[in-house]
Amino acid sequence: MPKRTDIQSIMIIGAGPIIIGQACEFDYSGTQACKALKEEGYRVILVNSNPATIMTDPGLADATYVEPITPEVVARIIEKEKPDAVLPTMGGQTALNTALALAEDGTLDRLGVKLIGAKQEAIAKAEDRDQFRTAMMKIGLDMPISGVAHSLDEAWKVLEKVKLPCIIRPSFTLGGTGGGIAYNREEFETIVGSGLDASPTTEVLVEESIVGWKEYEMEVVRDKADNCIIICSIENVDPMGVHTGDSITVAPALTLTDKEYQVMRNASLAVLREIGVETGGSNVQFAVNPENGRLIIIEMNPRVSRSSALASKATGFPIAKIAAKLAVGYTLDELDNDITGSTPASFEPTIDYVVTKIPRFTFEKFQGAEAKLGTAMKSVGEAMAVGRTFQESLQKALRSLETGLTGLNETSIGDDKQDILNVLAQSTPDRLLNIAQAFRTGLSLEEIQGASKFEPWFLAQIEALVQAEEAVRSKGLPDHKGGLLTLKKMGFSDDRLAELAGRQAVDVADLRERLDIAPVYKRIDTCAGEFTSKTPYLYSTFEGNEWDPAICEADPSDRKKVVILGGGPNRIGQGIEFDYCCVHAAYALEEAGYETIMVNCNPETVSTDYDTSDRLYFEPLTVEDTLAIIRKEQSKGTLHGVIVQFGGQTPLKLAAGLEAAGVPILGTSPDAIDLAEDRERFQQLLHKLDLIQPQNGIARSVEEAFKAATDIGYPVVVRPSYVLGGRAMEIVRDDEALDRYMREAVQVSGDNPVLIDGYLQNAIEVDVDCLCDGKDVYVAGIMEHIEEAGIHSGDSACALPPYTLSEAVIADIRRQSEALAIALNVVGLMNVQFAVKNDTVYILEVNPRASRTVPFVAKSINYPIAKIAARIMAGESLASFGLEEAKMDHVTVKEAVFPFARFPGVDVVLGPEMRSTGEVMGIDKDFASAFLKSQMAAGVVLPTEGKVFVSVKDLDKPLVKDVAEKLVTLGFDLVSTSGTAAYFSDNGIPVEKVNKVMEGRPNIVDLMKNGEITLVINTTEGAQALKDSYDIRHTALVMKTPYSTTIAGARASVMAIEKIKTGTLEVNPLQSYS
Amino acid sequence: MSKSINISDLHKERTATAVLVLGDGTVFHGFGIGATGETIGEVCFNTSMTGYQESLTDPSFAGQLITFTFPHIGNVGFNDEDIETAGSAASGLIIRADITDPANWRAAGPLNDWLLARNLTGIAGLDTRRLTHVIRETGAPNGVIAYHPDGVFDLDALRKKAAEWPGLEGMDLAKEVSCKESYIWTETRWAMQGGFGEVAEPKRHIVAVDYGVKQNILRCLASLGCSITVVPATASFEEIKSHNPDGIFLANGPGDPAATGEYAVPVIRECIESGIPTFGICLGHQMLALAVGAETMKMQQGHRGANQPVKDLTTGKVEITSQNHGFVVKRESLPDGVSETHKSLFDGVVEGLELKDKPVFSVQYHPEASPGPQDSYYLFERFVNMVDQHA
Repeated sequence: MPKRTDIQSIMIIGAGPIIIGQACEFDYSGTQACKALKEEGYRVILVNSNPATIMTDPGLADATYVEPITPEVVARIIEKEKPDAVLPTMGGQTALNTALALAEDGTLDRLGVKLIGAKQEAIAKAEDRDQFRTAMMKIGLDMPISGVAHSLDEAWKVLEKVKLPCIIRPSFTLGGTGGGIAYNREEFETIVGSGLDASPTTEVLVEESIVGWKEYEMEVVRDKADNCIIICSIENVDPMGVHTGDSITVAPALTLTDKEYQVMRNASLAVLREIGVETGGSNVQFAVNPENGRLIIIEMNPRVSRSSALASKATGFPIAKIAAKLAVGYTLDELDNDITGSTPASFEPTIDYVVTKIPRFTFEKFQGAEAKLGTAMKSVGEAMAVGRTFQESLQKALRSLETGLTGLNETSIGDDKQDILNVLAQSTPDRLLNIAQAFRTGLSLEEIQGASKFEPWFLAQIEALVQAEEAVRSKGLPDHKGGLLTLKKMGFSDDRLAELAGRQAVDVADLRERLDIAPVYKRIDTCAGEFTSKTPYLYSTFEGNEWDPAICEADPSDRKKVVILGGGPNRIGQGIEFDYCCVHAAYALEEAGYETIMVNCNPETVSTDYDTSDRLYFEPLTVEDTLAIIRKEQSKGTLHGVIVQFGGQTPLKLAAGLEAAGVPILGTSPDAIDLAEDRERFQQLLHKLDLIQPQNGIARSVEEAFKAATDIGYPVVVRPSYVLGGRAMEIVRDDEALDRYMREAVQVSGDNPVLIDGYLQNAIEVDVDCLCDGKDVYVAGIMEHIEEAGIHSGDSACALPPYTLSEAVIADIRRQSEALAIALNVVGLMNVQFAVKNDTVYILEVNPRASRTVPFVAKSINYPIAKIAARIMAGESLASFGLEEAKMDHVTVKEAVFPFARFPGVDVVLGPEMRSTGEVMGIDKDFASAFLKSQMAAGVVLPTEGKVFVSVKDLDKPLVKDVAEKLVTLGFDLVSTSGTAAYFSDNGIPVEKVNKVMEGRPNIVDLMKNGEITLVINTTEGAQALKDSYDIRHTALVMKTPYSTTIAGARASVMAIEKIKTGTLEVNPLQSYS
Repeated sequence: MSKSINISDLHKERTATAVLVLGDGTVFHGFGIGATGETIGEVCFNTSMTGYQESLTDPSFAGQLITFTFPHIGNVGFNDEDIETAGSAASGLIIRADITDPANWRAAGPLNDWLLARNLTGIAGLDTRRLTHVIRETGAPNGVIAYHPDGVFDLDALRKKAAEWPGLEGMDLAKEVSCKESYIWTETRWAMQGGFGEVAEPKRHIVAVDYGVKQNILRCLASLGCSITVVPATASFEEIKSHNPDGIFLANGPGDPAATGEYAVPVIRECIESGIPTFGICLGHQMLALAVGAETMKMQQGHRGANQPVKDLTTGKVEITSQNHGFVVKRESLPDGVSETHKSLFDGVVEGLELKDKPVFSVQYHPEASPGPQDSYYLFERFVNMVDQHA
C-alpha cells in the first residue's frame, strides 16, 4: 500500500523540556519522524518548546514552533497552519495528552485535522485504567487484582479485595509520579493522597503487589495491514517493584524458554490489536511469577518511548523512523532495513550480543531526598553497553555510567550478615555493587537471592565476576594469553584489573600488547550476521581465544576522518545540549567532506542514531575504550583529529590521556582549557588583560579555606574545580557552614583545590557564548540572567538580548569576551560568565568549550554556531563564514525546569548547585511575552487574580516595592507576614497580615493549603530563615502554586501577568524571525 | 553457584578440549560440551534467540552441526516438554559462551546433563560470529567436532574426515529419523497452565507421513480436533489409505528432497490424485513440488532462524516464521496448475504452493513454530477447513 495522498501536511508534537521520565529519547524519535516525513514530501509542522533539541533545528521541519505545548497554544498553531493531520506518538506522554485533549474538546474535528499513528479511542483505551483492564480481560490476559479509585474512600473499598501490600499507580502521570508501594494502612493513605493529587484525572489504580516477580518488556511495531513484529524483548535485572526506567535491563530476554517467550509475544500482539494501535510502535510490559510462570500484563504505551529508543539502539531497527512512515500508510514490507540495505523492515531483528542498560541517578543533588528506588522514576539518564556476553556488557555499562566506577567496585556494607541482608532488601542506586560486595563478604547466592529477589542467573554471573576478581587480587594478573583474555572477555577494564592487581592501568595495557590481546569490533546488524551489513554501527568485544583469531568488522576507510567524543549518560548539568553540539559537529564535518566517527554510550540521544555520523561506535567513554577505537581508525586513512570540547565534561576528562598517547585534538588546546580551570594560571591571565574578578582564594585544606574566607569576607561561593553543573557548589555564610562544606567538597574535587569566591549580592549575571578561530572573535549571544548571580547559570532563566543592561555595559562585556578568547587562543566555542554590579563587569568563569546555552543561542540568533565552531576547529577561518552581528527583532527567554516534585522533602530554593533537568524557550517580540511563554512552557500557570503572598528578606524589601505596587494595580490582594507587611504599610501599600508558621494558626501554610494563595514571592537568607520558610515553598510545590524565590524572578512574573491581562499571545514559527 | 568459570584456570595455561575442523582445513579451538567423541555434519547457523532445545531435537537438523548465533545457550537448562522428537535430530552444536546453570521455573537441570544423556557432542568458547561469516560467505561447509578431554587431536585426519564426508546433497536422511512403525498421536499444544493436553472427541482423522516430523506439528493438528496416525516415510499409498484419512499430512524432515523423493514422490503423486486434502511442510513441501513436476535445488545460504518474513501472496499479509531449510523449490520450474502462495521477503525464494484443481497446499517454513513465532498457525486451520469441506 503506498503512502497516503489525502494528507499534505502533518504536525508533530514534541515532548517539551527534559524532565525525569521524558528525556532526549523523544528528540531522537521526533528527529527521525521529521526526517522521515520530509523525505516523503510532506509539509512538516513541529511544535516543541525545548530549544536544545535537534528536531527544532530550523531545517528539520517546514515550520518550527518553539512554543509552549499546551492544548490552547497548539490549537492556535493548528488554526494558523491548518495541518491535515497530527502525529501525536513521537513526543511522549506530553504529546499524547495534548492530542487527546484537543480531540476530546472537539478542536481537531472542528478544524478537520486527523490523528494519525494513534486514534483517540486507542489512546484512551491504553491510558485509562478501567478501559485497559476491560480490554485485557476481553483477550484473556491476566492482570493484577486491582481497582480504580477517585477518592480515599473509594481506595479503602478497593483495598478490601486487593489486600496489603499493594501498589498505587496514579493515572496519566509520567514515570509513575506520585505512586508507590504501601505495606501498611498509614503508607496506603499517604500514597493514595499523593497519587490522586498527581493524577490530572484524580484517579489511582490500587493493585495487588507483585513485587519480586520478574519483569519483561516487548517492543512491538504494527502497520495498517495488521502486520505485527517484535523489535526486541527486554528483561529487567531488577525484579518488579523498581520502575522500568530505574531498572537495570538487558536485551534480549535471557531467562525465558521459547514456549514462554511465544506466549508473551502472542500476548503483545493481541494487546496492540485490542487497544487498536493502528500503526507504529508500542511497548507492552509483563510480570512473570518466577515460581510458576504466571504471566501478568502491567501496562502498554501506544507510542514510541524510552524503551523503544533503547530497543532501536540495541537492535539497529529505527522504530520511530519506521513508525512515522507507517503512520502515513506504508506497510512494513514496503520499507527497507537500512542496516542490511538488502532486506525489508518487515522482519524481527535478532541479535548475537547482550545489551545492558543502567540508569544514572543524582540523589546527591537533592539534599533531603532518600536514595531509594520504587515505582516512581527517579533516574536522570542512562548508559547502554553492548558485549558478546552478559558479563562483558554489564561491566562495560558500569564504566559507561561515569560515576567513577571501573567495574563492580567495592561498597561499604559492613560485614554483619543481617545488616548486609537488610541492605540487599533495599532497592538503591548501588544495589548491584552491594550484591557483589555481599559475595565478597562470603554470603551465598541463595542468601543474596532471598534478600534481593534478583534472578539467580544474574547473581551467578556476578558471583563469577567476583571470583575472578579475587583470583586477580590474590595472584596478580595472569601472564599468559588465555588467562588475561578470559578476564577481558568477562568485560574487565584495564583500570579495574590494575586496581585488583595493585598495578597501573598502563601496566595492564602493556601486558595486553605483549600478549597480543586487543578488542575487535563487531557490527550491530539486526540479523546476527545472517546478511552483510553496510552500516558501520559497531561495538567492541574481546573475542576468540589463545588459539584462534577473532574477526574484526570495523573495516576503517581510507578517508580523512574526525572522531567526535559524545557526552555519555545524561545527568543534571550535562544533558541534551551537549549532544546537540556533538550532532552538529557530525553534520558540519560531513558537509566539509570529512568522515565523521561518533563515540557515545547514551541510548537516548540523536548522536547515537546510526544515521547521524558516518560511523558509530557504541562504547564507554574511557581512555582505554576510546583509544582503542582511535587506534583502529588510524590503521587506515588519516585521522585529522578528535573533538573533545563538545560533549561536556566527559570527553574533556579524556583529553589529557589521549594527548599523552599522541592523538591529535582539534580546536582549543586542552592546555588552554586547563588554564581556564586552573585558578592561579587564570588569575595571571586576567591580570595581564587588566580584567577583574570577584575577590577570591584557593584552598586545599580547611585551614586555608578559613583564611581565604576571612580575607574575602562572607558570604562566599565555594566550589571544587573541574566539575560541571555546579556539583557541590554552595554559598557559605559562616565558619560553621564552611567547615562542613570543606569536608564534603575536598572529597568531591579529589586532587584539585576548592575555589572560594566573594559572593556579589544582587549582581546581574550574564552568560556569553562566542566563536573564535584564534584570530577573530564572534560574540554570538549575550544572555542576561533573570535570577541574580549566585544561582547556578543552568538553573536561571535568561533573556537574549539583555533586557536591563546598558549599551555601555554590553559593549564592555563584548570587549572582555573578545580579549579572553584571543588570549586563550580559542579555536571553536567559548563561554564566559560575568557578574555586573553597579555597572562594573566581573568575570566569574570562562569555559573554552561548548556550553549548555549553545543551542539556545543558535536558535535565538539563527546561526548554527556549533556547526561553525566544528568547522573552525577542523581548520577553516571564522571570516570565511561571513557572520554578521545578530540584529534581533525579537526576544528569547530560556527557563529551567526542575524535578522537585519527584524528590519529596527537598527544598526548592535555588542556589549555586544546578538541579534543573531541562529547559524551555519562549520567543516573541518583547521580553514580557517571551518570558510568559517560557513560564507556560515550563508548566507554570501564572494567575490573573487572587491573593499574592509576599515575604522577603530585609535587603530585598526596597526592591520588592514596585513589584508589589504593580500587583495591586493589576487587581491582586497582598498577604504578608509581619516584617514585609509592616514595610508595605509604611509605604502605603495595602496588605493583609498573616501568621508565620511558628506564630500560630491559621498561618500562611493553612491559607496556601486552602487554595487561597495564587502566587508566592518568598526570598530568604540565613540557615534559620531558610528552615522557617521551607514549609511555604514545599506547600507551593505540592499545591502547584507558582512561586518565586528571587525578586528578579518575581518582577519578570509580574510583567508576564500584565501581558496575560492586556494582550493575546501570538504564535510564530522560528523561520519567521530574522 | 555458577560452574561457568573455573577460577584456578585463570593463572594456568589452558588446553583446548575440543576442535571444529572444516573440510577446507579451517580449525576452531574451544572447549568440549556434552558427550566426548567426534561428530560430523554440515555446519549451519541458527539465529533464533530462544528454543535451543527444540532446535536440537528438530529432526530436520539431522546430519547438521548447529552454530547458535546467540552467545548464551543453556540459560534455561533443559526440560522434558521442549522436545520435538525422542529420536535423533541435530548431530552437534557450536556455541559461544560456556553453559551456565539454568534459570527457569520449568528447568529440570543444566543443559550439559541433557547433552550427555542424548549423547550429543558440542564445542563452546569460539568466535561463533566469525564462523557465521564463514558459513555465510562459503555456504554451509562440512565439518567435524571432536571433543577429547586430553586435548590431543589429529587435525589432519579430522580435516580429511570432514572433506570426505559426502554432504547432504543426495542424502536420504528421512529414512533414518522416521518412525519405523506407525503410531497414534493425541497430544495437544502446550499451555502455560497445564502444559500439554489430550485431544477430546477428534472430529477428523489425519495420516501424517513421517519424514522426520516435529511433534509440535502433530500437536497443532490435535489441538484443532484431529486424531493422527503417523506412518513411516516409506509407507505406500495403500498403507496410508488403509487408515481412512480425512486428510494427509506430509511432514518436514532432513536431507535432500531429491534423494528421499525417489521413493516418497510416487506415493505423494497418488495422494494428490486421490483427491484427499493434503498439506506439506518443509521436506514434505519440497517433495510435493517434485511430485507435480517442479525441481528443487540446494541454496547457497539456507534459512535457519525464527525471524524470517514471509508474504502470503493471497492476502498480502506478512508473517514472521520459523525456518529451517537448505533446499528450495525453483520458481521457474513450477508447472501450470501450481501457484505460488508464499514468498520469502529476505531473498524472494518460494515459500508456499497450492494446486489449482486439487485440495493440496504446502509451505517451506514451519507454521508449527517451536521454536519461533506462531503467526502461521492459521495454515493448520486452513487445512482442517479444507478437510471439513471435503468430508
